[in-house]
Amino acid sequence: METPEQIKARIEAAVPGAKIEILPNDCPAGERSLLVDPAHALAVAKFLHDDAQLRLDFCSNVTGVDWLDAELTEKIKVKRVVDGVEKEIEEVKKTARPGFLEVVYHLYSMELKHGPVALRQRTAGRGNEVSAVSLTPVWRGCEFQEREVFDLYGIRLEGHPDLRRILMWDGFKGHPMRRDYVAPDDYEYEPTPHDEVLEQAKKHYPPEVQA
Amino acid sequence: MNAVTQMPATNYEILPKTGGSGEPLGDLLEVSMGPHHPSTHGVFRMDVVLDGERVVKLKPVFGYLHRNHEKIAETISYLASMPYTDRLDYFCSMTNNWAYALSVEKLAGLTVPERAEYIRVIVAELTRLQNHTCLIGFFVQDMGALGTPLMYAFREREKILDLFEALTGSRMMCNYMRFGGVRCDVTPEWLGQVQRVVDDYGKFLDEFETFLAENEILLARTQGVGVLPRELAVNASVTGPMLRAAGVNYDIRKVDHYGVYGRLDFKVPLGEQGDVYDRYMIRVLEMRESVKILQQALRDIPGGPVMDPKAKLRGFRPKAGEVYGRVEAPKGELGFYLISDGSANPYRYRVRPPSFINLTILEDMCLGHRISDTVVILGSVDIVLGEVDR
Repeated sequence: METPEQIKARIEAAVPGAKIEILPNDCPAGERSLLVDPAHALAVAKFLHDDAQLRLDFCSNVTGVDWLDAELTEKIKVKRVVDGVEKEIEEVKKTARPGFLEVVYHLYSMELKHGPVALRQRTAGRGNEVSAVSLTPVWRGCEFQEREVFDLYGIRLEGHPDLRRILMWDGFKGHPMRRDYVAPDDYEYEPTPHDEVLEQAKKHYPPEVQA
Repeated sequence: MNAVTQMPATNYEILPKTGGSGEPLGDLLEVSMGPHHPSTHGVFRMDVVLDGERVVKLKPVFGYLHRNHEKIAETISYLASMPYTDRLDYFCSMTNNWAYALSVEKLAGLTVPERAEYIRVIVAELTRLQNHTCLIGFFVQDMGALGTPLMYAFREREKILDLFEALTGSRMMCNYMRFGGVRCDVTPEWLGQVQRVVDDYGKFLDEFETFLAENEILLARTQGVGVLPRELAVNASVTGPMLRAAGVNYDIRKVDHYGVYGRLDFKVPLGEQGDVYDRYMIRVLEMRESVKILQQALRDIPGGPVMDPKAKLRGFRPKAGEVYGRVEAPKGELGFYLISDGSANPYRYRVRPPSFINLTILEDMCLGHRISDTVVILGSVDIVLGEVDR
């Protein structure tokens, strides 16, 4: 299969305006992923699906990743004059990286039997109303998995045909897979129709019980 | 002689009443099927809208068994998740273990000794045998063959579970694999027992097939029901026997050649119509292939260690990076996506559950069929709620 660089070059030639960034992966057995901007995500997905050399017709895995605010440390070499002699010194450069959420897609080709290509989208920040673009119009197999990403990570996937919670119940507040999620103390409690019945039944209790 | 009353064939069902232009005249009925319906094999619910007896809308609802397995795994060490993976698809703990071990091995760059690879193939194929056997038992039970066929299936499953118990100490929650090998070596006696079970399995399959394959009720209830077209199956990420029944030649054992599957000779059965009958038949044929694989693996298993000496049980911290590993589990592609940040717990741990994703097209398969057919169609998907809900 083509290298990420070749795929990037061909996407940028085929989809005007698309910016693809290749993200490194320190694990030698893993694959480097392609980061796509949300504005062109759907067009890029269509290209990857239809392109005759890639034919990535099978979207195997869709998931979210939560990256908290972090301080990235980087070792850089700087030349400094120390005691009149120019020396090369290692300095640690710290940059603050604001947190964000990611949606990761692992794409394979059933026709050509190759893969995976990892495709990523990033949200702006990690607030309550963050969004990315749904790729369900291209791969139907994303439907439930993107609902799960919405449910557990709280990423609104624009263009999804049926974006509802899938594993948690409808009245649930919060997104439990976020790294900073704190389970409420009363998470076991859930109002049931039974409560309403008990409330109504209280009217018929004798006064001493009501008090 | 009295005239025989002829029963018109189409009057069994309550036909939807439609007006001149085809719009439904009667009221639509919404039925909540489950979560405790016996055909749902667990706590699974289908919100079905019916027009007469015909399904016009069906939305699967699940999450009743959700325990956020992924969140738990992100708070504990890599090895501590291994017993949790048993509980995903609790019929097939061995393949769950393998998928997780394979992904971590890819992440940490561990190699697996030859003998351990063969043991993995043996236990995984035994798992496939018992999963498919049980599935067929449950599946004919859903069609009304109460009890007997399922007991035949369970009798055979019991033999395999006894083997697992002898090897790992547990019948279903085996927790057998480790990163870089397996937990303990097998004995020659155990291999002899496996050989006996495998040798007898063909006979059982013949018997089971004689009883079922040409059964009139089975044919009538399954042929032409719940057809899944090839293009939709690929587009909807359907994997495993469901996909191959739709005629797509995609078996991860053949595509990725993980373990020692590259050296073993077996065929990938494919369906033609993509209906429920094909899905049933694919599993029967896959069991015959599994028996073939087992015979070869038992013949070729070499001696040697069963753990990579470099593998560490304590203080296991893989280098930062991410990896996606997958195996062909009996229900489809079981994948694990792991991100390591260099610490003792995974930063991100994701399970790609095959039966969860195979449910995506449940509505497409059921539309236009009768409510009784949805039971059969759902049975042919082969879901386990431990894995769907995680």
